[in-house]
Amino acid sequence: MNPELQGRVFPPAPPYLVGREKVREFSRAVFATNPINHDPEAARAAGYADVVAPPTFAVVVQEATLAQLLSEPGAGIDFSRVVHGDQRFSFSRPIVAGDELTATLTVASVKTLGGHSMVTAESNVVDAGGEHVVTATSTLVVRGDE
Amino acid sequence: MSTAPTLESLSVGDVVAGGSFPLTRDSLVRYAGASGDFNPIHYRDDVAVSVGLPGVLAHGMLTMGFAVQPVVDWAGDPARIVDYQVRFTRPVLVDPVDGAVVTVVAKVGAIDEEARVARIDLTVTFNDQKVLGKAQARVNLA
Repeated sequence: MNPELQGRVFPPAPPYLVGREKVREFSRAVFATNPINHDPEAARAAGYADVVAPPTFAVVVQEATLAQLLSEPGAGIDFSRVVHGDQRFSFSRPIVAGDELTATLTVASVKTLGGHSMVTAESNVVDAGGEHVVTATSTLVVRGDE
Repeated sequence: MSTAPTLESLSVGDVVAGGSFPLTRDSLVRYAGASGDFNPIHYRDDVAVSVGLPGVLAHGMLTMGFAVQPVVDWAGDPARIVDYQVRFTRPVLVDPVDGAVVTVVAKVGAIDEEARVARIDLTVTFNDQKVLGKAQARVNLA
Protein backbone atom coordinates (compact mmCIF):
# COMPACT_ATOMS: atom_id res chain seq x y z
CA MET A 1 0.00 0.00 0.00
CA ASN A 2 1.18 3.48 -0.81
CA PRO A 3 2.24 5.14 2.50
CA GLU A 4 1.80 8.58 0.93
CA LEU A 5 -1.96 8.04 1.14
CA GLN A 6 -1.82 9.12 4.78
CA GLY A 7 -3.53 12.47 5.22
CA ARG A 8 -5.16 12.38 1.79
CA VAL A 9 -8.61 13.96 1.63
CA PHE A 10 -10.82 12.66 -1.18
CA PRO A 11 -13.41 14.81 -2.97
CA PRO A 12 -16.88 14.61 -1.34
CA ALA A 13 -18.96 11.66 -2.62
CA PRO A 14 -22.21 12.56 -4.44
CA PRO A 15 -25.01 13.40 -1.96
CA TYR A 16 -27.00 10.42 -0.61
CA LEU A 17 -30.74 11.01 -0.18
CA VAL A 18 -32.06 8.82 2.64
CA GLY A 19 -35.33 7.18 1.58
CA ARG A 20 -38.03 6.05 3.99
CA GLU A 21 -38.38 2.62 2.40
CA LYS A 22 -34.59 2.16 2.43
CA VAL A 23 -34.56 2.86 6.18
CA ARG A 24 -37.35 0.32 6.69
CA GLU A 25 -35.57 -2.26 4.52
CA PHE A 26 -32.29 -1.77 6.39
CA SER A 27 -34.09 -1.86 9.75
CA ARG A 28 -35.64 -5.24 8.91
CA ALA A 29 -32.23 -6.55 7.81
CA VAL A 30 -30.58 -5.70 11.17
CA PHE A 31 -33.52 -6.89 13.30
CA ALA A 32 -34.44 -3.34 14.38
CA THR A 33 -38.03 -3.66 15.51
CA ASN A 34 -38.60 -0.29 17.19
CA PRO A 35 -41.62 1.55 15.68
CA ILE A 36 -39.39 4.65 15.35
CA ASN A 37 -37.48 2.77 12.62
CA HIS A 38 -40.60 1.82 10.64
CA ASP A 39 -43.56 4.07 11.36
CA PRO A 40 -43.42 7.78 10.45
CA GLU A 41 -46.16 8.54 13.00
CA ALA A 42 -44.20 6.89 15.82
CA ALA A 43 -41.06 8.74 14.68
CA ARG A 44 -42.88 12.10 14.65
CA ALA A 45 -44.35 11.41 18.07
CA ALA A 46 -40.77 10.92 19.29
CA GLY A 47 -39.70 14.26 17.79
CA TYR A 48 -38.21 13.13 14.46
CA ALA A 49 -39.21 14.36 11.00
CA ASP A 50 -39.53 10.81 9.63
CA VAL A 51 -38.40 7.23 10.30
CA VAL A 52 -35.02 6.96 12.05
CA ALA A 53 -32.23 4.77 10.66
CA PRO A 54 -30.49 2.20 12.90
CA PRO A 55 -26.96 3.30 13.95
CA THR A 56 -25.08 1.16 11.42
CA PHE A 57 -27.08 2.51 8.47
CA ALA A 58 -24.30 5.09 8.29
CA VAL A 59 -22.19 2.42 6.56
CA VAL A 60 -24.45 2.67 3.49
CA VAL A 61 -23.59 6.37 3.21
CA GLN A 62 -19.92 5.72 3.96
CA GLU A 63 -19.66 3.02 1.29
CA ALA A 64 -19.27 5.42 -1.66
CA THR A 65 -16.22 6.97 0.01
CA LEU A 66 -14.59 3.57 0.68
CA ALA A 67 -15.16 2.74 -2.99
CA GLN A 68 -13.23 5.92 -3.88
CA LEU A 69 -10.32 4.81 -1.70
CA LEU A 70 -10.26 1.20 -2.94
CA SER A 71 -10.44 2.20 -6.60
CA GLU A 72 -7.78 4.90 -6.31
CA PRO A 73 -5.15 3.81 -8.86
CA GLY A 74 -2.22 5.07 -6.80
CA ALA A 75 -3.39 3.49 -3.53
CA GLY A 76 -2.02 0.03 -4.24
CA ILE A 77 -4.88 -1.70 -2.41
CA ASP A 78 -5.71 -5.19 -3.71
CA PHE A 79 -9.43 -5.48 -2.97
CA SER A 80 -9.34 -9.30 -2.90
CA ARG A 81 -6.96 -9.14 0.08
CA VAL A 82 -8.94 -6.59 2.12
CA VAL A 83 -10.42 -7.64 5.47
CA HIS A 84 -12.59 -5.33 7.59
CA GLY A 85 -10.75 -4.96 10.92
CA ASP A 86 -12.55 -2.30 12.95
CA GLN A 87 -15.56 -0.07 12.53
CA ARG A 88 -16.71 2.94 14.50
CA PHE A 89 -19.52 5.49 14.23
CA SER A 90 -19.49 8.75 16.20
CA PHE A 91 -22.81 10.56 16.02
CA SER A 92 -23.97 14.12 16.43
CA ARG A 93 -27.50 12.91 15.71
CA PRO A 94 -29.25 9.87 14.17
CA ILE A 95 -29.86 9.64 10.40
CA VAL A 96 -33.51 10.29 9.49
CA ALA A 97 -35.38 9.63 6.22
CA GLY A 98 -35.27 12.77 4.07
CA ASP A 99 -31.70 13.63 5.03
CA GLU A 100 -29.42 14.53 2.14
CA LEU A 101 -26.00 13.45 3.30
CA THR A 102 -22.55 14.14 1.92
CA ALA A 103 -19.56 12.05 2.98
CA THR A 104 -15.91 13.05 2.68
CA LEU A 105 -13.12 10.55 3.31
CA THR A 106 -9.79 11.32 4.93
CA VAL A 107 -7.05 8.71 5.20
CA ALA A 108 -6.23 9.00 8.90
CA SER A 109 -3.36 6.53 8.93
CA VAL A 110 -1.47 3.93 6.93
CA LYS A 111 0.56 1.36 8.85
CA THR A 112 2.52 -1.74 7.96
CA LEU A 113 2.65 -4.56 10.48
CA GLY A 114 4.57 -7.67 9.52
CA GLY A 115 3.47 -8.45 5.97
CA HIS A 116 0.11 -6.74 6.40
CA SER A 117 -0.93 -3.15 5.84
CA MET A 118 -3.64 -1.31 7.71
CA VAL A 119 -5.44 1.76 6.51
CA THR A 120 -7.76 3.77 8.72
CA ALA A 121 -10.29 5.84 6.78
CA GLU A 122 -12.52 8.47 8.38
CA SER A 123 -15.63 9.48 6.49
CA ASN A 124 -17.18 12.68 7.75
CA VAL A 125 -20.92 12.82 7.00
CA VAL A 126 -22.77 16.15 6.97
CA ASP A 127 -26.37 17.07 6.17
CA ALA A 128 -27.70 19.49 3.53
CA GLY A 129 -27.09 22.37 5.93
CA GLY A 130 -23.47 21.35 6.38
CA GLU A 131 -24.03 20.19 9.98
CA HIS A 132 -22.14 17.12 11.20
CA VAL A 133 -24.27 13.96 11.46
CA VAL A 134 -21.80 11.11 11.91
CA THR A 135 -18.17 10.20 11.41
CA ALA A 136 -17.70 6.63 10.17
CA THR A 137 -14.23 5.19 10.70
CA SER A 138 -13.07 1.92 9.16
CA THR A 139 -9.80 0.13 9.58
CA LEU A 140 -9.11 -2.13 6.63
CA VAL A 141 -6.43 -4.77 6.80
CA VAL A 142 -4.74 -5.66 3.53
CA ARG A 143 -3.18 -9.10 3.86
CA GLY A 144 0.31 -9.50 2.49
CA ASP A 145 1.62 -12.42 0.44
CA GLU A 146 1.41 -15.67 2.36
CA MET B 1 -41.32 6.46 23.61
CA SER B 2 -39.93 4.44 26.48
CA THR B 3 -38.42 6.22 29.46
CA ALA B 4 -34.67 6.63 29.53
CA PRO B 5 -32.65 4.78 32.11
CA THR B 6 -30.95 7.15 34.55
CA LEU B 7 -27.19 7.20 34.97
CA GLU B 8 -27.63 7.06 38.76
CA SER B 9 -29.49 3.75 38.53
CA LEU B 10 -26.54 2.03 36.81
CA SER B 11 -23.51 0.25 38.24
CA VAL B 12 -20.53 -1.10 36.34
CA GLY B 13 -21.16 -4.76 35.57
CA ASP B 14 -24.98 -4.52 35.39
CA VAL B 15 -26.49 -6.46 32.52
CA VAL B 16 -28.89 -3.98 30.89
CA ALA B 17 -29.96 -5.74 27.70
CA GLY B 18 -29.38 -8.74 25.48
CA GLY B 19 -30.84 -11.00 22.88
CA SER B 20 -30.49 -14.02 20.71
CA PHE B 21 -30.41 -13.60 16.93
CA PRO B 22 -31.11 -16.63 14.73
CA LEU B 23 -29.49 -16.05 11.32
CA THR B 24 -30.26 -17.99 8.17
CA ARG B 25 -28.89 -17.67 4.65
CA ASP B 26 -32.03 -15.60 3.97
CA SER B 27 -30.85 -13.09 6.62
CA LEU B 28 -27.58 -12.67 4.70
CA VAL B 29 -29.29 -12.15 1.36
CA ARG B 30 -31.63 -9.64 2.97
CA TYR B 31 -28.69 -7.76 4.49
CA ALA B 32 -26.78 -7.85 1.18
CA GLY B 33 -29.71 -6.18 -0.56
CA ALA B 34 -30.35 -3.65 2.19
CA SER B 35 -26.71 -2.62 2.58
CA GLY B 36 -25.46 -3.04 -0.98
CA ASP B 37 -22.66 -5.36 0.15
CA PHE B 38 -22.78 -8.12 -2.46
CA ASN B 39 -19.48 -9.80 -1.66
CA PRO B 40 -20.24 -13.40 -2.74
CA ILE B 41 -18.53 -14.92 0.33
CA HIS B 42 -21.79 -14.01 2.08
CA TYR B 43 -24.01 -16.16 -0.16
CA ARG B 44 -21.91 -18.58 -2.26
CA ASP B 45 -20.21 -21.55 -0.64
CA ASP B 46 -18.02 -22.20 -3.70
CA VAL B 47 -16.60 -18.66 -3.60
CA ALA B 48 -16.13 -18.78 0.19
CA VAL B 49 -14.23 -22.07 -0.08
CA SER B 50 -12.12 -20.79 -2.99
CA VAL B 51 -10.73 -18.00 -0.76
CA GLY B 52 -9.93 -20.42 2.06
CA LEU B 53 -13.03 -20.03 4.23
CA PRO B 54 -14.92 -23.00 5.63
CA GLY B 55 -18.17 -21.70 4.12
CA VAL B 56 -20.52 -18.73 3.82
CA LEU B 57 -20.06 -16.09 6.52
CA ALA B 58 -22.38 -13.43 7.89
CA HIS B 59 -21.39 -9.86 6.97
CA GLY B 60 -19.44 -8.39 9.89
CA MET B 61 -21.56 -5.26 9.50
CA LEU B 62 -24.73 -7.36 9.89
CA THR B 63 -23.46 -8.67 13.23
CA MET B 64 -22.44 -5.15 14.24
CA GLY B 65 -25.88 -3.94 13.14
CA PHE B 66 -28.08 -6.25 15.18
CA ALA B 67 -25.74 -6.48 18.19
CA VAL B 68 -26.51 -2.87 19.17
CA GLN B 69 -30.29 -3.14 18.78
CA PRO B 70 -30.93 -4.37 22.36
CA VAL B 71 -28.99 -1.31 23.57
CA VAL B 72 -30.97 1.06 21.33
CA ASP B 73 -34.22 -0.38 22.67
CA TRP B 74 -32.98 -0.12 26.26
CA ALA B 75 -31.88 3.49 25.74
CA GLY B 76 -35.35 4.30 24.38
CA ASP B 77 -34.21 6.87 21.81
CA PRO B 78 -31.66 6.20 19.03
CA ALA B 79 -30.29 9.74 19.55
CA ARG B 80 -28.81 8.57 22.85
CA ILE B 81 -26.33 6.31 21.03
CA VAL B 82 -23.47 8.77 20.53
CA ASP B 83 -20.73 6.32 19.59
CA TYR B 84 -20.53 2.66 18.60
CA GLN B 85 -17.43 0.67 17.74
CA VAL B 86 -16.44 -2.94 17.22
CA ARG B 87 -13.47 -5.04 16.15
CA PHE B 88 -14.22 -8.00 13.91
CA THR B 89 -12.33 -10.89 15.48
CA ARG B 90 -14.05 -14.11 14.34
CA PRO B 91 -16.36 -15.01 11.48
CA VAL B 92 -19.94 -16.24 11.96
CA LEU B 93 -20.39 -19.31 9.74
CA VAL B 94 -23.99 -19.65 8.62
CA ASP B 95 -24.98 -23.23 7.84
CA PRO B 96 -27.33 -23.51 4.82
CA VAL B 97 -29.74 -25.73 6.79
CA ASP B 98 -29.24 -24.91 10.46
CA GLY B 99 -28.24 -21.26 10.17
CA ALA B 100 -26.40 -19.73 13.13
CA VAL B 101 -27.50 -18.28 16.44
CA VAL B 102 -25.62 -15.23 17.70
CA THR B 103 -26.07 -14.15 21.31
CA VAL B 104 -25.64 -10.63 22.67
CA VAL B 105 -25.16 -9.60 26.31
CA ALA B 106 -24.90 -5.86 27.05
CA LYS B 107 -23.25 -4.78 30.30
CA VAL B 108 -22.34 -1.46 31.81
CA GLY B 109 -18.59 -1.13 31.20
CA ALA B 110 -17.95 2.37 32.52
CA ILE B 111 -19.84 5.43 33.70
CA ASP B 112 -18.71 8.96 32.92
CA GLU B 113 -20.62 11.15 35.38
CA GLU B 114 -19.30 14.38 33.95
CA ALA B 115 -20.24 13.65 30.33
CA ARG B 116 -23.44 11.83 31.47
CA VAL B 117 -22.44 8.90 29.26
CA ALA B 118 -22.56 5.17 30.02
CA ARG B 119 -20.25 2.87 28.09
CA ILE B 120 -22.12 -0.33 27.35
CA ASP B 121 -19.90 -3.29 26.53
CA LEU B 122 -21.30 -5.98 24.25
CA THR B 123 -20.35 -9.62 24.47
CA VAL B 124 -21.32 -11.15 21.14
CA THR B 125 -20.90 -14.90 20.82
CA PHE B 126 -21.46 -17.67 18.30
CA ASN B 127 -20.81 -21.31 19.26
CA ASP B 128 -19.57 -20.07 22.67
CA GLN B 129 -16.82 -17.97 21.07
CA LYS B 130 -16.68 -14.20 20.92
CA VAL B 131 -17.01 -12.85 17.39
CA LEU B 132 -16.54 -9.14 18.17
CA GLY B 133 -13.80 -7.53 20.23
CA LYS B 134 -13.97 -4.15 21.96
CA ALA B 135 -17.66 -3.84 21.09
CA GLN B 136 -18.73 -0.68 22.89
CA ALA B 137 -21.72 1.63 22.60
CA ARG B 138 -21.63 5.00 24.33
CA VAL B 139 -25.07 6.06 25.51
CA ASN B 140 -25.83 9.63 26.51
CA LEU B 141 -28.15 9.61 29.53
CA ALA B 142 -28.14 13.37 30.19
